[in-house]
Amino acid sequence: MSAGGAGMSAGGAGMSAGGAGMSAGGAGIGAGEPDELLRIEGLEVHFPIRRSALDILPGRHPGVVRAVDGIDLTIRRGEVLALVGESGSGKTTTGRVVVKLTAPTGGRVVFDGQDVTDLRGGAALRTYRQRVQLIFQDPYETLNPKQSIGDFVAEPLDVNGLAPAPDDRRRRVLAALDAAGLRPAEDFARRYPHELSGGQRQRVVIAGALVMGPELVVADEPVSMLDVSIRTELLRLMLDLRAERGLTYLFITHDLALAWVLADRIAVMYLGRIMEIGPAERVIEDPHNPYTRALVSVSPTTTPPAAGERAQRTILVGETPDAAHVPSGCRFHPRCPLVFDRCRTESPPLFDVGAGQAAACWLAEGGRSLPLMPTTAAAGVAAAAPSPEAPGVAAS
Amino acid sequence: MTAAVPRPDRPPRALPRLAVAGAPLLEVDDLKTHFRLAGEVVRAVDGVSFRLDAGEALGIAGESGCGKTTTALSLVRLLPANASIVGGSIRLHGIDLATKSDTAIRRYRWREISIVFQGAMNALNPVARVRDQIAEPIVERLGVDARTARRRAGELLELVGIPRARGSAYPHELSGGMRQRAMIAMALACDPAIVIGDEPTTALDVMVQAQILDLLERLRERLGLSLILITHDLSVIAETCDRVLIMYAGRVAEEGPVAQVFTRPRHPYTQKLLAAFPNIQADRRTLDVIPGTPPDLRTPPPGCRFAPRCPLAMAVCSEVVPPEVTFADRVRVACHLYSEGSSGEPVLVPAAATVGRA
Repeated sequence: MSAGGAGMSAGGAGMSAGGAGMSAGGAGIGAGEPDELLRIEGLEVHFPIRRSALDILPGRHPGVVRAVDGIDLTIRRGEVLALVGESGSGKTTTGRVVVKLTAPTGGRVVFDGQDVTDLRGGAALRTYRQRVQLIFQDPYETLNPKQSIGDFVAEPLDVNGLAPAPDDRRRRVLAALDAAGLRPAEDFARRYPHELSGGQRQRVVIAGALVMGPELVVADEPVSMLDVSIRTELLRLMLDLRAERGLTYLFITHDLALAWVLADRIAVMYLGRIMEIGPAERVIEDPHNPYTRALVSVSPTTTPPAAGERAQRTILVGETPDAAHVPSGCRFHPRCPLVFDRCRTESPPLFDVGAGQAAACWLAEGGRSLPLMPTTAAAGVAAAAPSPEAPGVAAS
Repeated sequence: MTAAVPRPDRPPRALPRLAVAGAPLLEVDDLKTHFRLAGEVVRAVDGVSFRLDAGEALGIAGESGCGKTTTALSLVRLLPANASIVGGSIRLHGIDLATKSDTAIRRYRWREISIVFQGAMNALNPVARVRDQIAEPIVERLGVDARTARRRAGELLELVGIPRARGSAYPHELSGGMRQRAMIAMALACDPAIVIGDEPTTALDVMVQAQILDLLERLRERLGLSLILITHDLSVIAETCDRVLIMYAGRVAEEGPVAQVFTRPRHPYTQKLLAAFPNIQADRRTLDVIPGTPPDLRTPPPGCRFAPRCPLAMAVCSEVVPPEVTFADRVRVACHLYSEGSSGEPVLVPAAATVGRA
């Protein structure tokens, strides 16, 4: 790391002093694991559906979209936790709650021992915003075409009044650009977004997060817009930063294979709930929830199927239901190939299946393994879960 | 798989009027499509050749800006106004489409070759019912009455797994997966021989992507379609195609049967692309880094266009364009490591840097 990098960490040290004050203040909150950085308890985010202005009248119940519907999650210091799910799973909303862009309607968020659920305005929120940063998906939308890279990276400092002296501001911006691999930093600071490639733009977005000296980075699909040859460089940068600065990541992605490569632990979300959580290799190699197993089976692979055979995939019928109409019982039951009576009425809790893995499925009760599931090579996928709304291919 | 697949569900297609007897279904030879941009020439497609046989599925892969979409648009002659085919030929049953007039090409577009675009929301008309949108090309191109066309549209919707009654929906009332199914139904409207899918599953969730790929595979078997899938996602090709063509910076890097190219890649770029792909089913839990970025196609490097990023680049690579050499396993490679008469044994590229855990 260059001299610039050292300057950055000095800044970071100053901030952790502030952080220490925070944890002292929050010492009364229930202690979690010793190295726990973030804890989410019973988190709910319900958005009201307002179809017309009259819906605000008393006696009207316009209904809610249950984007996140009761999740518990702990992230340890220095850990990469991947939150994996399809669109509508609530993974992005969860990330937005952690960075305080969306207010939860239930549950709480505890960061470094302090309850930050109701943190609003003032110095405490500013400190939190320094320690927890978000990296967005789309560098094209995040960057302002008329703003120089240096000004973009400095913006969080300016907004939070963190670097009033121009010298200090400049030093921190250059250090962040350098740490994000945009070298020479002086040169990049003067450039504009259109002069950069897609990979460089995403590095700028990362520099914008690094300039605050964060401890937790919430990365929402940080590489999904990038070509494979560029994205591996970015992923490497993110992991290098973890090694150098002890960064902790909440990595939000739809790509289970990417999560497997990067994450220490994986949490699989479906329709606002966690279906399965555990060490990455356990979740991928021995899934205990039928949804996870189906996802693993359709996960993109470059290994062609053997001659004359079709890939052994469990293709679920239909699409994720709308979060305004969450199915009864286990919310996955209408699409589950292994559904039985209990699933239709009772929602399963996360059952511990050993080795730090837990699955929300009645079949996982007592740590049992799943029975075999039908694949495209076998018949009966369609028969298992017909859906009049969106009949699958298998039904044709 | 390359042999003509029987078509139980439809009678043999009549060949177009000018077809040359015995000519292959589609033969693209030295295709060059260039763009004019602010007075400069962008060599988006710069000498691409390939062949597609009846019933075959060919995948064209590459990263943004490698020319794969321009290749697809050239085949159906739907290029933007500042692009034109400046060389080579596109022969369908021996008929050269590259030199046809804009009016003459309409005889072949949709009826012989149709295309499913990426992002069905933008490609569908938001203010027309899905069934009517599918019926429109049937009336236009096949000259049948509106009633027959609507009935045929209903059949097509069922074929792609949408209940007939949903045909009265507008595009915004359908989910992403259903819209993509509707797009496929539209591409099938005039019973074409070749369907091109340009990133047909890109914006879809993995489970919906699996459903759409499964649908395409079933349709191919059932209708004896020939498919060209254009995608940046190598897994889509691994799962659905017989042959793959890897493009880099407007040229063919490697082409051949999927089973060969994906398991024994020869071109350094193909090797790197595969190693950069996260793959649950592989033992490896690391990703390779490919340093650098693709070249600017206004001023492509002389010689091999991958040379500036290639870990195995030799002096000759930055001077001489590598010729395409075809080996006994029907794999064609454009790389100086594999000269005419060499054994064709893959030369392994060492990993420069990796991500993940070993």
